Amino acid sequence: MAIHIVDRRLNPGSKSLENRQRFLRRAKALVQGAVKKSSQSRDIKDVLEGGEVSVPIDGMDEPRFRREGGTRDMVLPGNKKFVEGDILPRPNQSGGKGRGAGEGDSEDTFRFVLSRDEFVDLFLDDLELPDLAKRKLAEVESEGIRRAGYTTSGSPANISVSRTVSRALARRVALRRPRPEVLETLEAELLNCSEERRAELMAEIEALKTKMRRIPFIDPIDIRYRRFETVPKPVAQAVMFCLMDVSGSMTEHMKDLAKRFYMLLYVFLKRRYRHVEIVFIRHTDRAEEVDEQTFFYGPASGGTLVSSALQAMHDIVRSRFKPADWNIYAAQASDGDNSYADGEVTGRLLTDMILPVTQFFAYLEVGQENGLSYDMPNSALWTLYEGLRASGAPLSMRKVNERSEIFPVFHDLFQRRGPQERTAS
Amino acid sequence: MTATDQLLFEGADWDFRTLQRICDACEQVARDELGLDVYPNQIEVITAEQMLDAYSSVGMPLFYKHWSFGKHFAFQEASYRKGLMGLAYEIVINSSPCISYLMEENTATMQALVIAHAAFGHNHFFKNNYLFKQWTDADGILDYLEFAKRYVAHCEERHGRQAVEHTLDAAHALMSHGIDRYPGKKSLDLRAEEKRAGRRRAHEESAFNDLWRTVPTGPAKSGAVLDVERRRQMLGLPQENLLYFLEKTAPRLKPWQREILRIVRHIAQYFYPQSQTKVMNEGTATYVHYRIISRLHEQGRLTDGNFLEFLQSHTNVVFQPEFDDPRYSGFNPYALGFAMMQDIERIVTDPDDEDREWFPDIAGKCDAMGVLRDIWANYRDESFISQFMSPRLMRHFRLFHLHDDPEDRAGILVDAIHNERGYRRLRRELARQYDVGFIDPNIEVVDVDLAGDRRLMLRHTVVKGAQLTEADTKRVLQHLADLWSYDVSLVEADASGTVLKEYVANPRKVAAAA
Repeated sequence: MAIHIVDRRLNPGSKSLENRQRFLRRAKALVQGAVKKSSQSRDIKDVLEGGEVSVPIDGMDEPRFRREGGTRDMVLPGNKKFVEGDILPRPNQSGGKGRGAGEGDSEDTFRFVLSRDEFVDLFLDDLELPDLAKRKLAEVESEGIRRAGYTTSGSPANISVSRTVSRALARRVALRRPRPEVLETLEAELLNCSEERRAELMAEIEALKTKMRRIPFIDPIDIRYRRFETVPKPVAQAVMFCLMDVSGSMTEHMKDLAKRFYMLLYVFLKRRYRHVEIVFIRHTDRAEEVDEQTFFYGPASGGTLVSSALQAMHDIVRSRFKPADWNIYAAQASDGDNSYADGEVTGRLLTDMILPVTQFFAYLEVGQENGLSYDMPNSALWTLYEGLRASGAPLSMRKVNERSEIFPVFHDLFQRRGPQERTAS
Repeated sequence: MTATDQLLFEGADWDFRTLQRICDACEQVARDELGLDVYPNQIEVITAEQMLDAYSSVGMPLFYKHWSFGKHFAFQEASYRKGLMGLAYEIVINSSPCISYLMEENTATMQALVIAHAAFGHNHFFKNNYLFKQWTDADGILDYLEFAKRYVAHCEERHGRQAVEHTLDAAHALMSHGIDRYPGKKSLDLRAEEKRAGRRRAHEESAFNDLWRTVPTGPAKSGAVLDVERRRQMLGLPQENLLYFLEKTAPRLKPWQREILRIVRHIAQYFYPQSQTKVMNEGTATYVHYRIISRLHEQGRLTDGNFLEFLQSHTNVVFQPEFDDPRYSGFNPYALGFAMMQDIERIVTDPDDEDREWFPDIAGKCDAMGVLRDIWANYRDESFISQFMSPRLMRHFRLFHLHDDPEDRAGILVDAIHNERGYRRLRRELARQYDVGFIDPNIEVVDVDLAGDRRLMLRHTVVKGAQLTEADTKRVLQHLADLWSYDVSLVEADASGTVLKEYVANPRKVAAAA
């Protein structure tokens, strides 16, 4: 009897991928909740890392008829001191080993690992992005063009002369087109030769000339055009400024909204630029550059001067991020308070220094949880920015109470990219 | 017997030639000394990732797609990654040829152990045990699974993934009640089954004519005739195979839904013997690998070092923690099975007076393998334990029996211990723990209210006061009602007929329309 030994190690793995996707689809609501929780606790830059989430098991269980209670009989190994008729006190927790050991799902939650793409996808879903925006985020931005060989059709401006000429030469050689020098020597010979030789030569020259006419120097089939392809934009860098008012009036909920707002901008930038730096500037009545932890969780107190943050941003741009080399994005979150006297300085700084160098400046006014955005009276800062926008400054601004309201701030950003892409392709 | 004194391998490394040598050596011992009769073997080497894949689809190499397998996969992958769980060294499939999966990470000694265990131990058991002979079709199972996979995929294409998923969810919920417990008229032939399904479908397709839809249907049959026809159809009652009952009689299921129920039912039936023979199956395989590897060592074909490595794994496998050990989670089927096989060998070859009194049939018969092969062929866990658990083994395990009656405020009664008065009761109770009749709740279809609202009536016969858990039961009944597409009621009644509880489930609209 022959025994077959088969090496299956090279067989395609991940046979379970499909089942896994089905499971994720089914558990979407649960997984989404888990992703939301997980993204609250992680740093902005880690939002793209994927990672482990835990999901409550009971939404996903597979029911079976099971029994519990009643009188139970068990036979156990390892008797040490019991004799027949002993009465043992019950353990305190009722039903210590109630459930049958056959069911492996008895854990309350179970953890599993999401890939980076799965995680981002769910994260974006959670922000309730419109589909169009999601597609834009998901796809690699096609910008810039690159040579990609030759083609037989194209615009005359793109004719590749060298390629066309070399193809024509090859064709002429292959078809034995008479070379002009041969013709010249024959014609030179014609000038001084005998009569009978003359007739011969004339005929030969005529034949050569016909052949030359038949086989053109350049034929349309020789023509080649340079082909161009649009490709993802090559290495580019962007810097993202996060400005936030951290005075006492900002609640945890507001900060959380702001964090999601920054995360979304980061995801967006990360998809477009290979290298993204984040600068955190927090301000009260004076501004400072801090790390992420301090930014979101560090304590601070004082009045509110928005201009201090803008000034700080301007200084940092001047010293570290030359606008020629960097795409500059700024996102400001605040509850809208600003000291009245600061308004004019802020406006001037913004229009003269900040907006000219930034690609995008978004302002997010965060409100109380469960508040209604249209109920919020216009704050000092809102009124100021509104005025600037009315006079043509490219600002995106939004009042936000809920997560789902964050995305519209980026509306301009996505919309502005629409026409650009159309012209590029 | 050439080259028996040559080492099969040295150290931990192996290659495919080593595996071949190991297989040949094992086969020689298995055939000539143990007299095993096995299906042709096919040994497949796989990676850890592939092992995880196999785990999530109940160990089968191919299976239809369903989210619940993805869930198991995600769960197992996470616990494996965290190091909470080791992977099995092998998976073996009851098919012909018998496929054993070996992990590539195993050392040479482990591969030898696993080959002896799976390719000869389990394989012999699959081929010879009466339950497997009766209920499974080793030749056809892989083809049938292939058919099931294709069929489910095909249904998804035609009827939408959602609808198929609903049906499969419902069928899975009822899977443990989709089993025929008593042998029917004919044995199962899965290949013919598959062909039959294909023919039926082809016929339906070729005979399809849209015109028939437009033909007016008159009042063809009177209610009384229908009633009689129905009744006749219902004659199978009471029926404990819920899936079978639904497949044959649920009024509004589509043909493809019936076929899916049938597939799930067949697969449940295929696994039915395995759940009844865990102790015997593992005991046989463990006993066989122990005998084979020990023999190879005696023949000088394994080094002492490798043999010690084997002994260490073997000891881990047959470790039985005591009840108050934190590691205790019920009886280890390997430990119990192996101990019983060894004990039987001892009784047959070297009995004492007690053994002669308890096991007059086999004590001192000398042919240990003959006796064991006979036992392996003709028993299942419950009958095996109730026949062959010896007093000596009960003393060895220091067994005791607890009787826990919640009514009894005083506490839990120690009903029997390993002494002269207790042996028989202990053995009976232990055997009962392995009796499928007691493991699964006894639920039957008892009637259908044909005159009224077509309500399907089920009864759960409560044994020893153990009632169904409410949340799960409601969900399962919901699935059942969706398939039945009319109301379903479940009555829990004890032996005296007193109704303890009643459930009613109404079908969901979506499911009825689907």
